[in-house]
Amino acid sequence: MTPVLDVKKLRMDFGGLRAVNDVDLHINEKEIIALIGPNGAGKTTFFNCITGVNKPTAGDVIICPPGATHTKRINGLKPNVITEKGLARTFQNIRLFQNMTVLENVMIGRHTRMHAGIAGAILRNKKTREEEQKVIDDSYEILKKLNLEQFVNELAKNLPYGAQRRLEIARAMATDPFLLLLDEPAAGMNPQETHELVDTINKIRDNENITILLIEHDMGLVMTLSERIYVVDYGKLIASGAPDDIKKDPEVIKAYLGEDTNA
Amino acid sequence: MSNTSTEQANRFISLKDIKKSSFIALWFMFLTFPIMVIKVNTVNNTVEWRWANMIIIGVASFILSHVWRLFMNRRDGKLSDEQKGGQTVEKLTLRQKLDQKPVVAKSLSYAVLVLAIIFPLISGMYQTSIMITALLYVVLALGLNIMIGLSGLLVLGYIVFYGVGAYTYALLNLHFGVNFWVALPIGGIFAMIIGILIAIPVLRLQGDYLAIVTLAFGEIFRIVLENWNDLSFGPSGIANIPRPTIFGLDLNVSQATNLTYFIVLAFVLVTIFVIKRLEDSRIGRSLVAMREDEIASEAMGIDMGKTKLVAFALSTFWAGVAGVIFAGKTTFINPSSFTMWESILVLCMVVLGGMGSIPGAIVGALIITLLPEYLRAFSEYRMVIFGVVLVLVMVFKPDGMIPSIRQKYEFKKKPESNMKEAE
Ligand SMILES: Nc1ncnc2c1ncn2[C@@H]1O[C@H](COP(=O)(O)OP(=O)(O)OP(=O)(O)O)[C@@H](O)[C@H]1O
Ligand SMILES: [Mg+2]
Repeated sequence: MTPVLDVKKLRMDFGGLRAVNDVDLHINEKEIIALIGPNGAGKTTFFNCITGVNKPTAGDVIICPPGATHTKRINGLKPNVITEKGLARTFQNIRLFQNMTVLENVMIGRHTRMHAGIAGAILRNKKTREEEQKVIDDSYEILKKLNLEQFVNELAKNLPYGAQRRLEIARAMATDPFLLLLDEPAAGMNPQETHELVDTINKIRDNENITILLIEHDMGLVMTLSERIYVVDYGKLIASGAPDDIKKDPEVIKAYLGEDTNA
Repeated sequence: MSNTSTEQANRFISLKDIKKSSFIALWFMFLTFPIMVIKVNTVNNTVEWRWANMIIIGVASFILSHVWRLFMNRRDGKLSDEQKGGQTVEKLTLRQKLDQKPVVAKSLSYAVLVLAIIFPLISGMYQTSIMITALLYVVLALGLNIMIGLSGLLVLGYIVFYGVGAYTYALLNLHFGVNFWVALPIGGIFAMIIGILIAIPVLRLQGDYLAIVTLAFGEIFRIVLENWNDLSFGPSGIANIPRPTIFGLDLNVSQATNLTYFIVLAFVLVTIFVIKRLEDSRIGRSLVAMREDEIASEAMGIDMGKTKLVAFALSTFWAGVAGVIFAGKTTFINPSSFTMWESILVLCMVVLGGMGSIPGAIVGALIITLLPEYLRAFSEYRMVIFGVVLVLVMVFKPDGMIPSIRQKYEFKKKPESNMKEAE
């Protein structure tokens, strides 16, 4: 089976700093994969390279959406084009549309799946109205899946922190992705919320057929959720494999202990 | 209510405040000492000491600082109440109250509309002419609001597109005898094209940089008009531009003014209608998303380049059409009508009224154009009053006089056929 995402020898240089150093990574359909590593290891940069925020210095990012017959190389494409192709992400430092309502945030996510243009907006013909209504309905359904429906008309900035993180996921899901990239989805959540998040992510994978790649520092969450784990340190891939193997890997232990003594 | 006012009264006379105000008074007395107190009488070669002035300044700044603090306290009290989450009826703004009573809001807007329609019939030509200018600025403020309020693109030099519209009509008429009605859409479209042409090189700029570059474009436009005599007839401008007519009628000045008024009024209504619809659409949402966060918008699949061009096109069109009407109204245009000052004025209207808010832009434009007209007596202090008003609005109502609100949707609780859009 061709992996839905195949990253080969990905490299990202910022001036003299090599933030991502020849990293290989692949994900098969409906897997949940975690990318872990100490602070500053280059995890977010890796996401940025895949989603087009940064242009990789070298390497390949190849996708093969479920059902597609051909693979596509996507590095260097603009972020919005990559989103259109079916990759969606959340941000580590929450980037919601603060002064828009929760529902509108999700509706924005459906932007690429809509067609209404300026003429449609002004004339508000039947087709536009129907499309608009469908987007409202769909968005509300997505909000329900993430337990956000009580906030529908609330401004995003007024939401509690955990809800904001979930709204980020809801918004990304609205773009109809086959691969969801979550950057520290549990950061700042309490244990109860984290527990619910594990359920939610599992449900997204099982019910929506979405493959998931996540960055997370909460080891409990990583170990329970993920089927395979990739570990990076100083931009380099130092280990990959099943959670139980990763726990015992001496390189990984060294990287994390090394970081602890620094802290 | 009485409780808080006694509290404020207590604050008003507290020892700490008196100390603070005394200090401020002393400081101002010291600052103004050289200009207000000392006066050199060059005829007698003597120095006059005007101590009375010093006392006046001391007392005045003492009182003003108290009043200022009183208002600041009141504002801060309001803020902390809001942070506590106390949502009482008292704290709803007028806009929110109107929103809850759509019937009242509707009848209010109809009343305003009727008043606007009968206005030229009950007032003289001079008043009507002032109102035309005011309404033209309403269109400009609404148009700029798309760029600044909705899309978050800080564009100065917006008046360029007004000028493009005006010159389009004037020149087309001069050379080809094109009449007002044909020029109307051409002016808008031409302004839109210029807008897009300017937008392409500045797509990558944000915030202050965009502001500076567009400001420069504004100046370039004016300087070109002033110097390219073959095209624009330089500073002397173009005269004898025909007023708008209808059905080929021969109208006298007063009738033509009334007609222009109705054209402008209709145009304002069209503008409001179109912008309102755009706001609640896929396009409008993408503009607001761009304002809120460009990186997140891109991650949501919105093409930033395209969206910026759309913002420019949608915004500049209105200025172009307004420019055509302006040329038809004044029958004479020259570059001095399209200076940077005019751009700043329109910007002030948007900021004063409330960024991104349609009623805000309207009220802002009306206040800024009409106040000076009716305050002619204070014309020397116009700039001072203007500055003070803007500072006060920024301090006490940072979101503008009528802040924008987001569309709300209502959902029935039932899972099937579960929702219905509501205004
Ligand atoms: N745009 C940039 N320009 C220059 N350096 C950058 C840029 N983005 C990231 N870096 C650097 O790249 C390195 C990796 O950063 P990155 O944000 O990817 O780490 P991370 O693994 O996500 O860390 P954390 O767990 O703290 O989120 C850091 O040293 C960072 O300073
Ligand atoms: Mg990170």
